[in-house]
Amino acid sequence: MDNLLSIVTFLPLVAAAILAAFLRGDDEAAQRNAKWLALTATTATFLISLAVLLRFDPADTGFQMVEEHTWLMGFTYKLGVDGISVLFVLLTTALMPIAIASTWGVTTRVKEYMIAFLILETLMIGVFVALDLVLFYLFFEAGLIPMFLIIGIWGGKDRIYAAFKFFLYTFLGSVLMLVAMVFMFVEAGTTDIPSLMLHNFGSETFSLLGIQVVGGAQTLLFIAFFASFAVKMPMWPVHTWLPDAHVQAPTAGSVVLAAILLKMGGYGFLRFSLPMFPQGAAVMTDFILWISVIAIVYTSLVALVQEDMKKLIAYSSVAHMGYVTAGIFAANQQGVDGAIFQMISHGFVSGALFLAVGVIYDRMHTREIAAYGGLVNRMPAYAAVFMFFTMANVGLPGTSGFVGEFLTLVGMFKANTWIAAVAATGVILSAGYALWLYRRVVFGDLIKESLKAITDMDTREKAIFAPLVAATLILGVSPNLVLDLIGPSVTALLDQYHAALPALADTAAVSN
Amino acid sequence: MTAFDLQAILPELLLAVFAMAALLAAVYTGKDKATPLVTWATAGVMLALALFIGLGDVANGRAFGGLLIEDAYARFAQVGILVAAAAVLLAGQETLVRRGLGRFEYPLLIALATVGMMIMVSAGDLMTLYMGLELQSLSLYVVAAMRRDSVKSTEAGMKYFILGALSSGLLLYGASLTYGYAGTTGFDGILAAAASGEIGLGLLFGLTFVAAGLAFKVSAVPFHMWTPDVYEGAPTPVTAFFATAPKLAAMALFGRVLFDAFGHSVGDWSQIVALMAVLSMFLGAVAAIGQRDFKRLMAYSSIGHMGFALIGLASGSEYGVQAMLVYMAIYLTMNVGTFAFIMSMERDGKPVTEIAALNQYAKAEPVKALAMLVLLFSLAGVPPMVGFFGKLYVLNAAVQAEMTWLAVAGVVASVIGAFYYLRIVYYMYFGETEERLDTRMSAAGWVMLMGAAAAMLLGVINLFGVEGAAAQAAAALVN
Repeated sequence: MDNLLSIVTFLPLVAAAILAAFLRGDDEAAQRNAKWLALTATTATFLISLAVLLRFDPADTGFQMVEEHTWLMGFTYKLGVDGISVLFVLLTTALMPIAIASTWGVTTRVKEYMIAFLILETLMIGVFVALDLVLFYLFFEAGLIPMFLIIGIWGGKDRIYAAFKFFLYTFLGSVLMLVAMVFMFVEAGTTDIPSLMLHNFGSETFSLLGIQVVGGAQTLLFIAFFASFAVKMPMWPVHTWLPDAHVQAPTAGSVVLAAILLKMGGYGFLRFSLPMFPQGAAVMTDFILWISVIAIVYTSLVALVQEDMKKLIAYSSVAHMGYVTAGIFAANQQGVDGAIFQMISHGFVSGALFLAVGVIYDRMHTREIAAYGGLVNRMPAYAAVFMFFTMANVGLPGTSGFVGEFLTLVGMFKANTWIAAVAATGVILSAGYALWLYRRVVFGDLIKESLKAITDMDTREKAIFAPLVAATLILGVSPNLVLDLIGPSVTALLDQYHAALPALADTAAVSN
Repeated sequence: MTAFDLQAILPELLLAVFAMAALLAAVYTGKDKATPLVTWATAGVMLALALFIGLGDVANGRAFGGLLIEDAYARFAQVGILVAAAAVLLAGQETLVRRGLGRFEYPLLIALATVGMMIMVSAGDLMTLYMGLELQSLSLYVVAAMRRDSVKSTEAGMKYFILGALSSGLLLYGASLTYGYAGTTGFDGILAAAASGEIGLGLLFGLTFVAAGLAFKVSAVPFHMWTPDVYEGAPTPVTAFFATAPKLAAMALFGRVLFDAFGHSVGDWSQIVALMAVLSMFLGAVAAIGQRDFKRLMAYSSIGHMGFALIGLASGSEYGVQAMLVYMAIYLTMNVGTFAFIMSMERDGKPVTEIAALNQYAKAEPVKALAMLVLLFSLAGVPPMVGFFGKLYVLNAAVQAEMTWLAVAGVVASVIGAFYYLRIVYYMYFGETEERLDTRMSAAGWVMLMGAAAAMLLGVINLFGVEGAAAQAAAALVN
């Protein structure tokens, strides 16, 4: 099959179309059918994406399984994966069935809910496999629409504010990228991503409105892309949409947002910012490293004082993404390897944490930490699962969280000792807020009247967590599964990056 | 008059003769009872003419000694005008009858306006230009005030008439200056007068006044003041017409004058057009935020969209003209669909145009709400809807012309603008339960709404080939 990637990408969309066209009514049977169809479709997509993995050759650092067709305006419909993107495709397809399974309790507008998630899956996979600038932008932006509706229709009390903030914030971030893309198209005459990676954009210093732009056009292009990806990541100080969106989104929405949508920013840095604008990246590196570590420390501190569980986890996500950006812009093998690993790991761990919050939210309809306490007495299985993912979030050795944090810290250390030193404090802080959260919710005596009748997880909920536990453990014990896949592509990326910086290569590779 | 002259003006002649014959026939037969038949016949003739123009192979050239220009550019615009006019007629027919406005003169006035527009876009001379423009405008003044017993509608018609007369005055003043300094009213003569690239002060004044007059017709800032009032006051089916065909005609005419008559002075008008584009985009985006009336909102939305289309002209290149044409084609489709929806907004048989009345619309009418969702995101320019590609086209044209600042301004305005489209989505999908709207919608309206929404989604594959036609048209204009 030469169009395997198209099949993986558009299978959920086809399922959504079937759901929209043929499923009638809103009674219980119809709702059940919608859920099962969505679950089947996402599982099938996952299985087919495994075929992508099997056919993938890690030693080849180019793009594989490429499909190319002409499209409008001189663009191409071009798909393909390399060592970096193949993992994100798998992460997406693996998490979607879990997210769908977690929505079993939803009873309002079930059909539309499933359609929104299926469309979202197509768009997310599309982001990771697109090899054409405009195609990438199309998938990247279109994802806002279903997410806007998911937050706005099925969200919590302040969902409307959160939905608008989410949409407009990310939209503003990415339109500047659009202008940059148009500029690249005009400049290079193509929107083909592999060709653009080889294109040298101008890096002559020039003066714009009286300001000297070091790194020239590359710096401006870098900043335009950075505006988009930094909002998406999200990086401090443009992270403020995330806590609102997370708190208001329904559980499955939070899972998808944290586990997959945030990774688009990191993926974008690796796919565009580093290889296409190396000079611009070099100019901006110090700045980005510092705001990354500020994010780690600052948002960890903010997480400490949260009273809402989802908000706490949301801030912890921002902190973990700080490791990712710092790792990427450390621009060495360990840093980038670690960043990718951290993104994959965070996908599973933060997804699981949001699901864990969802489990008790479904029972008590509150996310306030103070409303809980002593859950271990009545929910032993839940306590165990929550403990496991809390530890993974902290970065306990043996879980995937440790590998990601450790590698990125090594990378940062090689790039800049001070950065690494500040970032390392985040490890301690994360232990602080995560364990404190766990203590307040799970331990202690069960004194609250409302909690006396709470039930432990049922089979469905256990089944949802099982694959997540497995993935977190396997990646934690045997990180080479991932590192071998991404290694050659990352090496190639970094070689190209450093080769493009003749003057700076030595200092950037070994610096201080 | 040669055979070619006749050939070039044949569609306009046919439509005008049809309008007059139908007028007589209706007067002597059923009068207003014949309205549905007249409407369908008019739309049928328009569509047939669109096919005839689109598929026919008339040679390119100048007819009547240069008064009319027959080229791919004129044909592209004429087909667009005819199709849009026919679509709006059909979509609005039932609504008009239900509101007691089913007069048989309406479709015929629209037909005459369409004749005027067809002449406008193929004008090769300031005289023909003015003739077409006035034929269009006079018909539109009448239909704007069609609901004679409504203060708002008469006010709309009056405002439109007075301001329209003012703009015609500006245009005529510019035309006479141009004539005085170029010594001719023919476009090729004017072009030759400024062939050196040096445009004299008098001619520059002429150009500026002509541009101001035309800007009024496309409702570009700062000549936009009439738009919201007229849109709000006129009956919705009439508003739908104002928002579609005349906009394309005026924009195409703008391109015609700028390139055919002042093509050697791109540098002189490019900055004027760019300024109008920026002002229109931002005013359209900001002023729409506070609107509670859907029709007023669409007025500001169209001002903003005209700003984007003007970016294409401002870039002053063949690609820019192509971008403008593609943008306008997409704009027409979106507006036909959106207005077909607004026409169906009724409660207890009375028209409702407050946005807030759409509360929880998605629950009652999921399919129509979904179609509107697609159209609104398309209007906002969010991919993968086709509206995004329209924006991409004009941005591309601006960057190619080294006007990156214009592109940046455009995308910033589009983010501000996204807010008010989202607000409608918010009412439809997130709003609180309220008194429901009626669910009735005419079959033709339903087809227009669904067709437009489907086009906005499926167009992502190849834009239905509009690109190629627009490229040909642009090549014919800029050479």
